Amino acid sequence: MTPIHEIESSHTMSVLVDNEPGVLARVIGLFSGRGYNIESLTVAEVDVTDNLSRITVVTSGTPMIIEQIKAQLERLVPVHGVSDLTVEGPHVERELALVKVVGKGEKRVESLRIADIFRARAVDSTNTSFVFEIVGDTGKLDAFISLMGPLGLVDVSRTGVAAIARGTDVMEHDL
Amino acid sequence: MSKNQMTGAEILLKALTDQGVDTVFGYPGGAVLPIYDEIFKQNKIKHILVRQEGGAVHAAEGYARSTGKTGVVLVTSGPGATNAVTGLLDAMMDSIPLVCICGQVPTHLIGNDAFQEADTTGITRPCTKHNYLIKDIDDLARRVHEAFHVASSGRPGPVVIDFPKDVTMAKGDYIPPTKVVHKSYNPQVKGDIGKIEEAVKILSAAKKPLIYAGGGVINSGPAASQLLTQLVEATGAPCTLTLMGLGALAASNKHFLGMVGMHGTYEANMAMHDCDAMLCVGARFDDRVTGRLDAFSPESKKIHIDIDASSINKNVHVDLGIVGDVGHVLEDMIKIWKSGRNKVADKALGAWWKEIDGWRGRDCLSYGASDKVIKPQYAIERLYELTKKQKDVYITTEVGQHQMWVAQHYGFEEPNRLMTSGGLGTMGYGLPAAMGVQIAHPDALVIDIAGEASALMNIQELGTIAQYNLPVKVFILNNQYMGMVRQWQELLHGGRYSESYSEALPDFVKLADAFGGVGMRVEAADDLDDAIKEMNATDKFVIMDIAVDPEENCFPMIPSGAAHNEMLFGPEDKAASPVSEEGMVLV
Repeated sequence: MTPIHEIESSHTMSVLVDNEPGVLARVIGLFSGRGYNIESLTVAEVDVTDNLSRITVVTSGTPMIIEQIKAQLERLVPVHGVSDLTVEGPHVERELALVKVVGKGEKRVESLRIADIFRARAVDSTNTSFVFEIVGDTGKLDAFISLMGPLGLVDVSRTGVAAIARGTDVMEHDL
Repeated sequence: MSKNQMTGAEILLKALTDQGVDTVFGYPGGAVLPIYDEIFKQNKIKHILVRQEGGAVHAAEGYARSTGKTGVVLVTSGPGATNAVTGLLDAMMDSIPLVCICGQVPTHLIGNDAFQEADTTGITRPCTKHNYLIKDIDDLARRVHEAFHVASSGRPGPVVIDFPKDVTMAKGDYIPPTKVVHKSYNPQVKGDIGKIEEAVKILSAAKKPLIYAGGGVINSGPAASQLLTQLVEATGAPCTLTLMGLGALAASNKHFLGMVGMHGTYEANMAMHDCDAMLCVGARFDDRVTGRLDAFSPESKKIHIDIDASSINKNVHVDLGIVGDVGHVLEDMIKIWKSGRNKVADKALGAWWKEIDGWRGRDCLSYGASDKVIKPQYAIERLYELTKKQKDVYITTEVGQHQMWVAQHYGFEEPNRLMTSGGLGTMGYGLPAAMGVQIAHPDALVIDIAGEASALMNIQELGTIAQYNLPVKVFILNNQYMGMVRQWQELLHGGRYSESYSEALPDFVKLADAFGGVGMRVEAADDLDDAIKEMNATDKFVIMDIAVDPEENCFPMIPSGAAHNEMLFGPEDKAASPVSEEGMVLV
């Protein structure tokens, strides 16, 4: 059995940063420079008055590596706060995907049926294609995309994960 | 627009003055001409013209490390900035506070592959603590003040300000350096008291305690070194230092075990291996220190004090991490230690010291004396003997065997006296660093202990040394090899000395003469003392070229991939312990 300190697990982290040029490069450079994984990364401005952006990054590693990643992120000058949502308690993770399926006949109908089950919406349609919009956690999107595979899947665009803590908790940060 | 508006270059100079800057190391070029024009018009800040930008950064490092102040560098865009990169990373690795101002092409040309354009913020991002590109004149003063704050507080490091030429000429308002309140950057200075109490408990329960301190103690200021000494004496524990920490505890202190690590002493490494409680103070469990990680100090409870939370649990898992400034934490720790009448059990401590004295008896730094050739260790010993009574002595080194011999054989009694490139291992650091030290301490004796290969890497700075009449001494242990490379080739690659022999070395005596200094050559051990005395008494810069044993190796040594208790003591040891395959891939 692998000892617990060597088991890699996936963690979702929220990073609140100054919305200034180069800040994303700094975060990404940290991950590539130190050999950490990025499974997903999203970023957008969330506070116009204070000029803050929120980066959600899904990464994986041993407990020691995860602790390092958090400490290294907190060390960056424009970073206001880092929370490891995976360890800090229950949280919601959502991702959006646009999935293009090309086909005719039964396959086309089947793709619509499955989209219905997954509550995916068709946001574009031609006689031979659909673009579905689907929102959910990563697992749901993976399942949907894999079901679309044999039904004429040709193109996928995913946003990556956005995440937030459940309940009244607010992300701690210096302001 | 107020009528007191100033140009960007004026604002920069005013901000530097208000930050207490007295010296800038730099080299002019197209993009920084307006700044140089301002420098010309004032007398408060002295500009030291180097011969290559790399020299400017190392000089600023020497200045910073020997004074505790922030070193300042000014270079032009493109090649000026890229030449500074090695020094910036060097300062990053060794936590040296620097502010480096780089010229940049005008904002409207950025991204156009303009003449002497480089993506300076992109290039320097991974090798600085932070960097700024100033696009708006109204940001300038605040950013400069912020740069000094970021560089010098927390874990110090280099900060780059990329300064486009049009902004140097634009007009804006100056903001004075009122206390910089930074929204996101607030390093934790005070340590958690509960944790410090726990640390005291661990230490007082220990039978075999050990204090392992590093450059963080020196960075925290001279008071931290005094506090370290107090803690060592209060606990009675042995103390070892890293290369960057040398001087934090006086070398003559009876608790001092010598340097730890790959070329550290036998007693320090054995104590690291066998201790049952380790207090790491401002050091970072670097691979030169730990040796093989899975065999690193297997029996000890480990406490780590560091201002940088990311240093804790990075390489070695510790039982207790205390984030905070070493000086503050040590102060609290000593208070708690004394108030609780804590004491390591005398009997156990006595037994521990007895064990340590046994290791000391191995006399691991001894070397085969010779009357035929000058042993490099002997040269350093003599230099130490003949300089230790002088009041103000600063030593810089280059990188390699001579650097380790300095750490082993030169005794540092005070902090801030040794300037060396520890983390990055930059050959060519020592000469420009010595220059920076000499500028900060004009009356001190400043000696760059060098190898002939390293010395040549920034030899152009002799021009700067000559221009400013700096009486720097360059003490070259000339073995004609890149000694450490040759040593590894001997130990690991069957003695095939691939490209590690320097053919066509210059005549260093003539070289010194060409730059207007004094050159000396020593070939016999008997002449060494007189030559050193003459060197020390010379008020010009001196290059002393000492022919040393070309094939001397630096021992003791923990071969790469080995543990602390697997040291090699000399040439006779190597056959018995071949380096493992795992060790071969390590540097």
